Amino acid sequence: MKYIPLTPAEKERMLRTIGVRSVDDLFQDIPSEVRLCRPLDLPPPMSDPELLAHMRSLATKNLDCDRVTCFLGAGAYDHFVPSTVPHLAYQSEFLTAYTPYQAEVMQGELQAIYEYQSMMCELTAMDVANASMYDGASATAEAANMAADLTGRRDILVSSAVHPEYRRVLHTYTNNLPIRVREIPCPKGITLPEEVQRLTTEDTAAVIVQSPNFFGCIEDGEALARIAHGGGALLVAVVVEPISLGLLVPPGEYGADIVSGEGQPLGNALNFGGPYLGIIATRERFVRRMPGRLVGRTVDTEGRPGFVMTLQTREQHIRRARATSNICTNESLNALATAIYLATLGPQGIRRVAELNARKAHYARQRIIAIPGYEAVFEAPCFNEFVVRCPVPPRELNRQLLDRGILGGLALDRFYPDMPDCWLLCVTEQRTREEIDRLITCLEEIS
Amino acid sequence: MNAHARQPSLRRRILPVIFERGSPGRVGFSLPPSDVPDVPLDAVIPGAYQRKDLPALPEVSELDVVRHYTNLSHRNFSIDEGFYPLGSCTMKYNPRVNEDAARQPGFARLHPLTPEECAQGALALLWELERFIAEITGMDRVTFQPAAGAHGELTALLMISRYFSDRGERRNIVIVPDSAHGTNPASAALCGYQVVEVKSDARGNIDLNALRTALSPNVAALMLTNPNTLGLFEEQILDVARAVHSVGAQLYLDGANCNAILGITRPGDQGFDAMHLNMHKTFSTPHGGGGPGAGAVAVRSHLAPYLPVPTVEQHGNRYFLDYDRPRSIGKIRAFYGNFANLVRAYAYIRTMGAAGLRAVAETAVLNANYLLARLKGHYDLPYNRTCKHEFVLSGRRQRENYGVTTRDIAKRILDYGFHAPTIYFPLIVEEAIMIEPTETESLQTLDAFADAMIAIAREAEANPEVVRTAPHETVVTRLDEVAAARRPNLRWRSTE
Repeated sequence: MKYIPLTPAEKERMLRTIGVRSVDDLFQDIPSEVRLCRPLDLPPPMSDPELLAHMRSLATKNLDCDRVTCFLGAGAYDHFVPSTVPHLAYQSEFLTAYTPYQAEVMQGELQAIYEYQSMMCELTAMDVANASMYDGASATAEAANMAADLTGRRDILVSSAVHPEYRRVLHTYTNNLPIRVREIPCPKGITLPEEVQRLTTEDTAAVIVQSPNFFGCIEDGEALARIAHGGGALLVAVVVEPISLGLLVPPGEYGADIVSGEGQPLGNALNFGGPYLGIIATRERFVRRMPGRLVGRTVDTEGRPGFVMTLQTREQHIRRARATSNICTNESLNALATAIYLATLGPQGIRRVAELNARKAHYARQRIIAIPGYEAVFEAPCFNEFVVRCPVPPRELNRQLLDRGILGGLALDRFYPDMPDCWLLCVTEQRTREEIDRLITCLEEIS
Repeated sequence: MNAHARQPSLRRRILPVIFERGSPGRVGFSLPPSDVPDVPLDAVIPGAYQRKDLPALPEVSELDVVRHYTNLSHRNFSIDEGFYPLGSCTMKYNPRVNEDAARQPGFARLHPLTPEECAQGALALLWELERFIAEITGMDRVTFQPAAGAHGELTALLMISRYFSDRGERRNIVIVPDSAHGTNPASAALCGYQVVEVKSDARGNIDLNALRTALSPNVAALMLTNPNTLGLFEEQILDVARAVHSVGAQLYLDGANCNAILGITRPGDQGFDAMHLNMHKTFSTPHGGGGPGAGAVAVRSHLAPYLPVPTVEQHGNRYFLDYDRPRSIGKIRAFYGNFANLVRAYAYIRTMGAAGLRAVAETAVLNANYLLARLKGHYDLPYNRTCKHEFVLSGRRQRENYGVTTRDIAKRILDYGFHAPTIYFPLIVEEAIMIEPTETESLQTLDAFADAMIAIAREAEANPEVVRTAPHETVVTRLDEVAAARRPNLRWRSTE
């Protein structure tokens, strides 16, 4: 067995040193009633060539985005990943390390995470970002807990235009806590400030909105922040498509108190849903109530700059039941990939990618709603996703498009039963005009 | 300062942060121009919604990026570089073939909302992996949605809570031993439970009498790690299970230490009702500098209705995602879990087979006991028993006799070219040094590490200063953590 190097002779020597006769003697502390007396019922072992052939056969049963033209987003986005990202992030030294408990031999990881935190602050215009959470949904639930903790209030208002799975996670996370979650209806595809005003009470801890929201629409963050703050609540801004921040007013500028979000679009693979990258950023004054790890800059005994994990008294290994969160293992490698992605793109690159997304989505939207029977559903400006009403049920459309090699958008009735004819499409920089035009041709054929 | 300090060695040169490497206007990206008809940007996104200033990201070339991260990588200690006996973290070798398996486009480029009929390979893998884990743990159903172990704890406690509320029972207490991982009480609190701590006995087991006293109809669960964080098997596990069940509570296993028991004993057979596994520990997926991991929660059938949605089910030859589970706790993250790591774990299990997994446990335990035998004369051993996959020494002797702390010893180990063990955990051992060698290390490596630990014990006696001021061979000397926390500098700011 290539992963277990001990030879029988070595084992004998070791057993002699220990002072036992056999390996079995080392398991005498396990009550005999619970010892397994048979081999596990698992398939026989495979050699590497057999394994790779088997894994290839499984992989080819999946229609991945290299084999279809993807117009599907809804929380996971097909973006171009520069070659620097996998080549550098997957280096052994990053891949096979763990949490930087021994800072002096982990300066690489720590510095990279400090730089990641800095880049997330620049992108969101917030003061401080942590080293990562699990994903956008769980980060949003943690943001709600943090807001309740900061305000001492128990009511969370969440826009129904926040990703439906994020809302579901929020409900699951808060179910056993003295936190009540209420949803803000969004009949016009955006969160209306007057609706938030109507629902806000003196027990409202946070107003949670996503921008661009699940329908692709850009929210009026400033107006929403004003109303939240007017009622003494915090604004939690959820960013599921952070590429948008290359072009749009960042949450820190419209008054968000906590930003939660998903970093997958920034250099991380689709991976059938994970691992992704949970983002949390906040204001300086809230840092001691933040969940997750933070890396800080300090000096060594000879005055050289260096990096350490810091403010750890917030965390579970010190504070235990009174910690700000239970998170331990996070998504550091994804944070590293995102840092490499953002460094490779730089300010001009992120702007260019964002613009390409917006322009292509705009073009696709205009073309689709020009097809007889199709119409725009919401008026608010969009980034790279938009909703159209279709003359053919979206599921049927998707089925027919798949036959033509196109992965269509999301049939919205999956999450919004009252929108049976609505279709959520995503157009990233990966889509060429030719591909968009082909989608239009197909839709014309189908309808 | 001497001349040496003025001219730092190459190894100790300061690496600028990436923001300092760039130059305004320098670029490292390559993107096509827009190929759709040109319209004014304001017609696409109204000006009021556009940001005025670009984010102040680094402005660097591609080579700057490559050099920077390559240099940073040289300042990282990894399993691939050397021995990493970090207790409780199971830092075993991460097979490269699993990387090749997971990075295929058929997995890596698969959108999570792809129609089920076009993701049959991924769903088949998850379905099969669930059967493997159920068999390995002796449980009935498994979810892979949790992103890590602590996330699994939360998931399982939420399920247990729902189970009791379905039965009309209100139970508000979760018991943890004083040797528990910090995540256990933190997860219980996040789930709204009051945490009661129970002490350990003189042999390092949970104190059965103290447990019995703490148990009541208000207790929802006991969270137990087995082998526990001392690396010791809970010898009275059957009594523990009976006691917990006698008050109607659930027995939960923190499965962080399952590397010791693969194919030897199964938590389901020991009486556990629910458990989590850290796939990144037991099943060899890389730890990524702190994550991503992957959690699994395995449960007995009475808890299965509460699993998060979706579950993966099979109908004929077709696999599908089942969201229609009315008693489910809901979702604990978006989509289905840290899938790419589950691919790696699946590949590992297919490589090892039943005999291979049993050999993992046997060898991990043999290696730990061998190191224990070699080191117990040189450090205090608070619990002198056969250990499982790890063991805990104490540096109390070194602190009391020579003023050398466990932190000093850990820092000195770095000078010998090894990662340090986990230190100051579990909390019930003073000056704790927790060593987990795993099964993938050679006898030469184990001996070299034991020699280094013995040499450090001698240094503590003969030349304590060299230990107290360690590390000496690293790119920085000991870092000022107090200053870091007092005046936090958590991000780069340009000084214009």
